[in-house]
Amino acid sequence: MVKEIERAGIPVVHVCTVTPISMTVGANRIVPAIAIPHPLGNPNLDHEEEFKLRRKLVEKALKALETEVDGQTVFEG
Amino acid sequence: MAKIKVVHYINQFFAQIGGEEKADYPAELRVGEIIGPGTAFESAFGDEAEIVATIVCGDSYFNENIDKAKADILEMVKSQKPDLFIAGPAFNAGRYGVACGTITDAVLNELGIPALTGMYEENPGVDMFASKLYIVSTKNSAAGMRAAVKKMAPLALKLARHEKIGASVVEGYIPTGVRVNFFEKERGAKRAVDMLLKKLSDKPFVTEYPMPDFDRVAPNPAVKDMAHAKIALVTSGGIVPKGNPDHIESSSASHYGEYCLDGVEALSSETYETAHGGYDPVYANDDPNRVLPVDVLRQLEKEGVIGKLHDKYYSTVGNGTAVASAKAFAAEYAQKLLEDHVDAVILTST
Repeated sequence: MVKEIERAGIPVVHVCTVTPISMTVGANRIVPAIAIPHPLGNPNLDHEEEFKLRRKLVEKALKALETEVDGQTVFEG
Repeated sequence: MAKIKVVHYINQFFAQIGGEEKADYPAELRVGEIIGPGTAFESAFGDEAEIVATIVCGDSYFNENIDKAKADILEMVKSQKPDLFIAGPAFNAGRYGVACGTITDAVLNELGIPALTGMYEENPGVDMFASKLYIVSTKNSAAGMRAAVKKMAPLALKLARHEKIGASVVEGYIPTGVRVNFFEKERGAKRAVDMLLKKLSDKPFVTEYPMPDFDRVAPNPAVKDMAHAKIALVTSGGIVPKGNPDHIESSSASHYGEYCLDGVEALSSETYETAHGGYDPVYANDDPNRVLPVDVLRQLEKEGVIGKLHDKYYSTVGNGTAVASAKAFAAEYAQKLLEDHVDAVILTST
């Protein structure tokens, strides 16, 4: 799906936990997520902390969309 | 001759520990136990080989802790000093396929023990490992267990005995890309003309040299002005309005859903849920923003970090869904996103 969105001409960032799968699928901008059943959350945190964590990940995804890449790039850290 | 000693790797599901709610089960060595598909292998082996231990590991645990899981499992395998290692088969289960491929590769290349796994051709584990391993081609669900074992057991024994392995079409494994010279009965020119005649009369023919399929799409330019950009959300994590009005299937989805976010400030457990059957749904159902972060994007929209969150999102279930289906869904909604002047997409996967 990532590839088809990219093919249509829209920049796309893939937020997912198993980044090797994203690499084989052919995503160009990849942001590693927290865990498979809760990619953008962590049920062990309280609500406010969890929201902050999610905001950080979404900001990272936006940053990836604002970054020029010339091939598949995993935005670590 | 002594029996070939086999260690078998399976996930939490085939070990009958549980489904997705147990997918975080850490790696465990069970010496002397033959579990689930192991019994089918054991009977296919007859007197030739025996399973001396089974290693069980949850699919999410393996994929989320790949280095530790791999290291732990390698130690477990080593402790049993087997002559042969078998993982799976994983059929079309993505995380299981990645686990089987990773561990089979490690056992083969780091421990030097003959190793084999099996999976469906669309499993992501195939793309990752087909060039490094023998992966027996299986059906896409566990209904194909009997057929899979029938192909895997003899190939596994051959590997353990260090016998010569035949071509992929003969042995039933997914082509590794290794080419071996041999003499054909017919000369090349005749084979080519035969193929051409078949092609001209619309009859099926098999190419001798399939063209490699490098389907890569170059990245689009970055978003220049995020503060005025329209951002859309898409997910393969199956987030749908409560009650799943479009009946998106929990696995092998046949369609996607388009849902309105107009006036939605955040997703909640009362109004949204996941239709996905391939991960433990507890966390996503409890707070669907964990998969589709509407709450955060609304805040960023208010603060002017992004211009606008697109008022529609697209969702399907990426569990065992055929690559061709996913491709068709996305090609279709990508056009809608274009028509709606969306500048960029955040796609989340579980």
